[in-house]
Amino acid sequence: MKQLTGLLFITLILFSACKFNAAETPKLPIYGNRDTVSKMVNGKMVVDSVYATIPDFKFVNQYGDSITSKSLNGYVYVADFFFTTCPSICPVMHRNMLKVYADYKNVSDFKIISHTIDPKHDSVPVLKKYADKMGISGQTWWLLQGKKEDTYQLGEKSYLVAVKEDSGTPGGYVHQGWFVLVDKQKRVRGYYDGTDEKQVDKLRADIKTLLAETNTTIAQ
Amino acid sequence: MKSRVIGLLTVLIAVIIASCQSEDELEFQRYYNGGKKLYEQKCQNCHSAKGDGLSNLIPPLTDAIYLKKNKALLACMVKYGIKETIITINGKSYEGAMPANDLAPVDIAKVLTYVTNSFGNKMGVIKSEVIDRYLAGCK
Repeated sequence: MKQLTGLLFITLILFSACKFNAAETPKLPIYGNRDTVSKMVNGKMVVDSVYATIPDFKFVNQYGDSITSKSLNGYVYVADFFFTTCPSICPVMHRNMLKVYADYKNVSDFKIISHTIDPKHDSVPVLKKYADKMGISGQTWWLLQGKKEDTYQLGEKSYLVAVKEDSGTPGGYVHQGWFVLVDKQKRVRGYYDGTDEKQVDKLRADIKTLLAETNTTIAQ
Repeated sequence: MKSRVIGLLTVLIAVIIASCQSEDELEFQRYYNGGKKLYEQKCQNCHSAKGDGLSNLIPPLTDAIYLKKNKALLACMVKYGIKETIITINGKSYEGAMPANDLAPVDIAKVLTYVTNSFGNKMGVIKSEVIDRYLAGCK
C-alpha cells in the first residue's frame, strides 16, 4: 500500500513536471549533488539550495597563458578530455567539437576547454601545433595542460560525478568522450556523447538555450 | 542442325562469359563489403565515414592520384603504420603518425579495395595476392 502511494506520488510529480516544462521555455537540468542551507533573511529563516559547482583549477592553455577557473567567470562553456596522439575516439570528438566551434566562435560569452589527459606528451607547443592544424585560433577554444592528477581529479570528481551516478556506468571517463556543458554559475547543465553526432546536435541547440537563460537572469 | 549447334554454342559461351563477369563482380563485392566493415572498425574514427579526414590533422582518402601512385605504399602504411613523416595529399601536407594495423594480407586487400572504391575513388579490386607482393617490398 505504501509503495502504491509512493508510485502515485511519483507519477503526480512527473505529470506536473511535464506541465511545468510545457508552459515555460525549455530549461536545462542542473546536475550534481545539491545541498540546502538555512539562512536568516530579514529576520526570517529561508531555505536555499546550493548546487554543485566546478571547483577552482589552474592550467596552461595552448598560448602558454595561465588559465584558472576565474578565467571562465561569465562564460557558458563546454569541457572535454582528450590527448593529441589519441587514435581512438578523440578525432571523432573533435570533428564534432569543430561544429560547435563553428557555431559559437564569435559569441563573446562562450568557450570550449579541452583538457589533455597526457600532459607529458602534450606540452604547450604540441597543443599549439594541434590547434593550428585543427584550424583553431583566437580565445574561444582553449586546450589546457596541467598536472595529470589535477586533470583526472577534476574530470572524475567534478565533471562526471553526475554521469556516473545517473547512468550507473562504471569505468574510465577518458574513453567515454563526454562533452560537459557548464553554465555561468559553473553548474553542470548537460552531458553529451561527443562521438555521437545526434547528441552533439542537441548540445549545439542547448548552448543557445543556456546562453539565453543566463542572459535573462543577469538582466533581471 | 548446324545452325542449332552454333546457336547452342553461342548461348553456352554467352552464359560462361556472363557467369565469369558476375564472378568478378561477386569477388569485388566480397572484398568491398568486408573492407567496409574493417574500415569502420579500424580507420573511420580518424579518417571519418566520408573519408575526409580531420582539418589539417588527419589526411583525407580522396586524393585519387595519390592512391593510384602509391598502391604498394598504402599496403605498407596499413600494416606497419607511419612514423612522423610528412605526406602531401590534395596539395596539402600532413605530418604525424598513424598506428600500425597488423592485418592479414587478405584483410589489407579488402580495406584497400573499399578505400580505393569509395569517397569518389574507382580503382577496382585489389586482390590478396597483389598485397602479398606489395608487402614483400615494404621498407
